[in-house]
Amino acid sequence: MSDLISGITAHYNYWIYVILMMIGLYAMIAKNNLVKKIIGMNVFQTAIILFYVSIGAKKGATIPIIHHGHGDAGASSIVQAMDYINPLPHVLMLTAIVVSVSTLGVALALGIRLYDRYETLEEDEILARLREK
Amino acid sequence: MKIPALMVVLLTGGLLIYAAGDFPQWADPSAPAHQHVSPYYLENGAAQTGAPNIVTAVLADYRGYDTMFETAVIFSAGVVCFLLLRVSQREDRRELTYRHRIVGMTIRVTAGLDSPPVLEEFERLDRHWTPQDLIIRNGCRLLIPFIQLFALYVIAHGHHSPGGGFQGGVILGASFILLAISFDLRTALERMQEKVHGILGPVGVLIYAGTGALCLLLGSNFLDYGALAPLIGGDKVMARSHGILIVEIGVGIGVMATMIWIYNNVSSRGRYEEGL
Repeated sequence: MSDLISGITAHYNYWIYVILMMIGLYAMIAKNNLVKKIIGMNVFQTAIILFYVSIGAKKGATIPIIHHGHGDAGASSIVQAMDYINPLPHVLMLTAIVVSVSTLGVALALGIRLYDRYETLEEDEILARLREK
Repeated sequence: MKIPALMVVLLTGGLLIYAAGDFPQWADPSAPAHQHVSPYYLENGAAQTGAPNIVTAVLADYRGYDTMFETAVIFSAGVVCFLLLRVSQREDRRELTYRHRIVGMTIRVTAGLDSPPVLEEFERLDRHWTPQDLIIRNGCRLLIPFIQLFALYVIAHGHHSPGGGFQGGVILGASFILLAISFDLRTALERMQEKVHGILGPVGVLIYAGTGALCLLLGSNFLDYGALAPLIGGDKVMARSHGILIVEIGVGIGVMATMIWIYNNVSSRGRYEEGL
């Protein structure tokens, strides 16, 4: 029983990201409205970002800014990697957040162009209009 | 369509949750992700780059190529929005609405629209959205300078506290977007013209790539800022620290310009006349 509980508490964060990711994936596949698909894409990206940031966590560690004082006293002390969380996932996600904003902008621009041409954002109506031609 | 999609999603989710059982425990210090390069960055980063914030050191120095192309990706997203949406013709301009600033009377102009008159005592109104709220306008007018000051702090202090070019650039771009939302797009465009943010986007990327090329010219590897030491003065560690700052400023300028560019194009459907 205690094994089960410790298994849940050690891994439930992954389950949350998987559930968030599935919500986004379902919206991207099944939703008919293109704006809802774009929202689904953003939910998906958020799940990935949360997953990466949680990988960087370490028990008993602090943010990856080396403790430093003024002058030589702070700079010369030896740094222990155990005291600081992993900076690498944070770096990767820092750029990914801004890129996700940019992809959102491009997706919205494409949506505007589609609306200009077909006067709808419903996928089945756009496909019907395409088949007519 | 919905039932197969649900089945695919549930199958993928079930497999991922099953696989998550083999993942390392949350916040386990001995997890594989913490074993390879990350301890090296943490133990040597501050001494090698002079930037105690290891995220900044890895972003702009150890993984400089990655960040340079991320900046290029963001810039190209701005270019794509511009190419998809920007139109110059004004075919849907049938009438313009002006409001007298003092008495609040509105007039409609239906003739001579190709060169609309600019009058001191009248202000142009949007057709659909005419924000008049005094509290919002003055509140934003008071806030925006402090937001921009904070953005500059975030860029300049990225070595010693959480921050850097991406975050500061986004805050700086958001301050202009706040201006466009609280007033209107034309007011924001008076402060930051299309030409200006169109030029600042590539300038940001060029500052980054140019710093790298300068290192190459000085006989070192691309983006190896230690080579800048004779130009900047000081030792190699200081040169790396300053190189990171120059690159972060380039990223900040590029990200700010791209955010404004995307917002202006998407909110006005490429016409640059009326915002949201």
